[in-house]
Amino acid sequence: MALEHLRHMASHEDRRTLVVAGNGMVGHKLLEILVERGATAEWDIVTFCEEGRPAYDRVGLSSFFNGTSAEELSLVAPGFFDQLGLTVHLGDAVASIDRAAGEVVSTQGRRIPYDALVLATGSFPFVPPVPGKDTPGCFVYRTLDDLEAIRAYAAGGRVGAVVGGGLLGLEAANALRSLGLETHVVEFAGRLMPVQVDEGGGSVLRRRIEDLGVSVHTGMVTTEIVAGPTGGVAAMRFKEGDDLPVDLVVFSAGIRPRDQLARDAGLAVGERGGVVVDDACLTSDPRIFAIGECALYGGRIFGLVSPGYQMARVAADRLLGGGAAFTGADMSTKLKLMGIDVASFGDAFAAGDGCEAITYRDPVANVYKRLVLGPPDRRGDRKVAGGILVGDATVYQTLLQMCRGDMPTPTHPEELIFPVRAGGGAPAVGVGALPPTAMVCSCNNVDKGTICAAVGAGCDSVSAIKKITKAGTGCGGCVPLVTDIMRDEQKKAGVVVLNTLCEHFGYSRQELFDIVRVHRITSFSEVLAAHGSGEGCEICKPAVASMLASLANGHILDGEQAALQDTNDHFLANLQRDGTYSVVPRVPGGEITPDQLIALGQVAKEFGLYTKITGGQRIDLFGARVDQLPSIWRKLIDAGMESGHAYGKALRTVKSCVGQTWCRYGVQDSTTLAIDLELRYRGLRAPHKIKGAVSGCTRECAEAQGKDFGVIATEKGWNVYVGGNGGMRPKHAELLAADLDRDTVFRYIDRFLMFYVRTADRLERTSVWLDKLDGGIEYLRRVVIDDALGICAELEADMARHVDTYECEWKAVVDDPARMERFRTFVNSDEPDPNVVFVTERGQPRPAYLHEKQDPALLAIGAKP
Amino acid sequence: MTMLVSRTWVDVCPLDKLIPGRGVCALVGGLQVAVFRIAGEEIYAISNFDPFSRAFVLSRGIVGSRAERLKVASPIYKQSFDLDTGVCLDDATVSVRTFEVRVVDGMVQVASP
Repeated sequence: MALEHLRHMASHEDRRTLVVAGNGMVGHKLLEILVERGATAEWDIVTFCEEGRPAYDRVGLSSFFNGTSAEELSLVAPGFFDQLGLTVHLGDAVASIDRAAGEVVSTQGRRIPYDALVLATGSFPFVPPVPGKDTPGCFVYRTLDDLEAIRAYAAGGRVGAVVGGGLLGLEAANALRSLGLETHVVEFAGRLMPVQVDEGGGSVLRRRIEDLGVSVHTGMVTTEIVAGPTGGVAAMRFKEGDDLPVDLVVFSAGIRPRDQLARDAGLAVGERGGVVVDDACLTSDPRIFAIGECALYGGRIFGLVSPGYQMARVAADRLLGGGAAFTGADMSTKLKLMGIDVASFGDAFAAGDGCEAITYRDPVANVYKRLVLGPPDRRGDRKVAGGILVGDATVYQTLLQMCRGDMPTPTHPEELIFPVRAGGGAPAVGVGALPPTAMVCSCNNVDKGTICAAVGAGCDSVSAIKKITKAGTGCGGCVPLVTDIMRDEQKKAGVVVLNTLCEHFGYSRQELFDIVRVHRITSFSEVLAAHGSGEGCEICKPAVASMLASLANGHILDGEQAALQDTNDHFLANLQRDGTYSVVPRVPGGEITPDQLIALGQVAKEFGLYTKITGGQRIDLFGARVDQLPSIWRKLIDAGMESGHAYGKALRTVKSCVGQTWCRYGVQDSTTLAIDLELRYRGLRAPHKIKGAVSGCTRECAEAQGKDFGVIATEKGWNVYVGGNGGMRPKHAELLAADLDRDTVFRYIDRFLMFYVRTADRLERTSVWLDKLDGGIEYLRRVVIDDALGICAELEADMARHVDTYECEWKAVVDDPARMERFRTFVNSDEPDPNVVFVTERGQPRPAYLHEKQDPALLAIGAKP
Repeated sequence: MTMLVSRTWVDVCPLDKLIPGRGVCALVGGLQVAVFRIAGEEIYAISNFDPFSRAFVLSRGIVGSRAERLKVASPIYKQSFDLDTGVCLDDATVSVRTFEVRVVDGMVQVASP
């Protein structure tokens, strides 16, 4: 219904207006999601923020008294509200809703017509109706303004008391403690945190809090706040016992949804407050959503940030025409209150049928753990159903995952809550056991697989993972788990946390590149002796060889360099699984003459090679033995072909469409540009292979946006894209600059490629490198276009030297008998390798599989029994 | 008990044909032997057979060191083999055979088993 309504609006209006009432944590999350999903393209979003400052981290509020500034608590990224389509009215709130007119009126008199309205008004602190509750010196604990008022008043006081021993009450008590006040907590129920923990947990928590010098009074009903002669708070009076002299009282006895707006507008509200919403987070008005602590779903208010964020996600999706649904939320929590770990999850009180609890209590260490197991299944096994942890919550994430069913419960679950002793057999349930689908950050909906992918893509710190995945940026409870997953993944990948090349060099590739460049080093032994150790290896040798090639551009098989190259570079061909090689001549831009095609066919026939068209518009000849390579190349060179560098971490191809030369849609000559680009950058050695493409029109037949550099013709010139790739992790390239003339295309690509060659990590493609650049494409533009680093002249000079000194590596080999001599299968015999065996398939040769080789004994040669 | 072991030394190639830090493959009594020159007359010989890929390619790998051990990395899947013992450094359950090697009058020779 609501959807139809919204779509209906879309068809009649170009832009629609969304009003968001409230810029708290949840309200702001909604804005972030909407912006991220591109909603500002169709929506003008107007936000009312009652407080003078936009959204800040309320969860971390008590840290305000420990020196955290209001700026640090802010959740608003710099410049966020400067974006087109976003407006925020600070210090103003929605005062009333005219549903019939589809308009809100603010307290400052703004009238904003809306197409959709989201109520994110949050909650207010519940103040019990005790006489004297408005006496000066009585406060609530909700906003930064409240905190500032408390701080100002506390300066003249000595004793503070908090009414309420729940989660927020203890937070407030911590704040009073931080202000140096003698602190009391007064709780109506028989224990602290009655909603989250049981009797046993409550008493451990109480002892720990009392150890910190906070006085705890449970089972006490406050009947009056007594004023002193100056009119300020002097004492608290209780139903039972003596008065408690205090200078300051903070009420923190729970929250109530702020639903007055909705009530006044005639929306359905719950009996005990809260705006009634459905699965779509829609209120009884299909144009009005409610999310966060003001919303009542399934008869419940969700007073935690994580469910609020889920609602924000649902509302955003619905606004964009999606069908996401809110179906309630897990109220599991883990927090650190005054440095004390407290966690409660699942069926903490063992209320379910057949649930049983195992408790572990250590009165000396003051630790309490309660593990609730579900009813036994057919085999008698029980699953973790919930639990309570006080004083030590290190197993929280593991237990939570088991409780959610993301991780199997071990045979003896009770061992999970027993303390781990040195050398003892702690159950092996590390993060490695978590499946990729396991939810890690429920605030931002990030699973383990996403975090692993971020680590795989090069995130090597928690802050990098937070930035990429948003995990750990909500309540922060999952940060330790995120850290563990990152370390586990790095360990599995064999990554030393330092970004050093290998055991022989204590430098990253970029650092080593600078060393080689600045010191004008021309050999591996020189750089190893001066800056490394050991003998080198298959990682650093080719890496240094590539740097030397990028900088000096000598023949890669000359002198000492020959020993550094990977086998592909060493034999200037691509090693295949059977030890033979494939040969790929360059076909610039994919343009090839009939004579060249015939020559390729003749060579393939003569040497019995398998032929296949590659993805880069060239022809690959497979099945050549080492000793055949020079003869093959002699013939190819005679036919006017040259090395395609398919074997190198180097420029591969610049793919093209036929462009305006033939195509009726083409607007520029894409083939010529592709050929010119390919010939310019051929042979350029880089940290990884580089591919390019040029499309003659916006139809993009050459797939330029999937390449490291791509050029697309426009009516006015050329658009240059960078940082794309296909392969394992496909990525679209990003637009570097638009409507360039030909010379500028070359200039920008020269700079871009050389900057990449200088600064990327080993085996890092341009996409990953670009992602890692602080500032991304914007930063790259500043370097490559605005010359912010002042290195463009150097980069261009480097490229000019490369272009000037290029020679075909194969021509240099076949013209030189000394170089030719290395291409032998056996140094002491002219016999071919007897283990290379082919069979025929579809009229062409292919390597025989093991079972096809006639003499299996042959295969065992050399292997130790 | 003493046993006189007679071995045949097979010429591989002149020492100066070998590039320091690189390998070649020699046929020795029908077996493919990968011969590596580290520096000077420091030569190692192991089987050319890579047990992981079942291709005869070890002579084409990159020579280097890992924690003081000299080794070669297979060019196919990059497992490393100790040049001295033939043991795979990434999987100690796998090894390739090693051969005796010497330099006589500038000629590299491998002992034929």
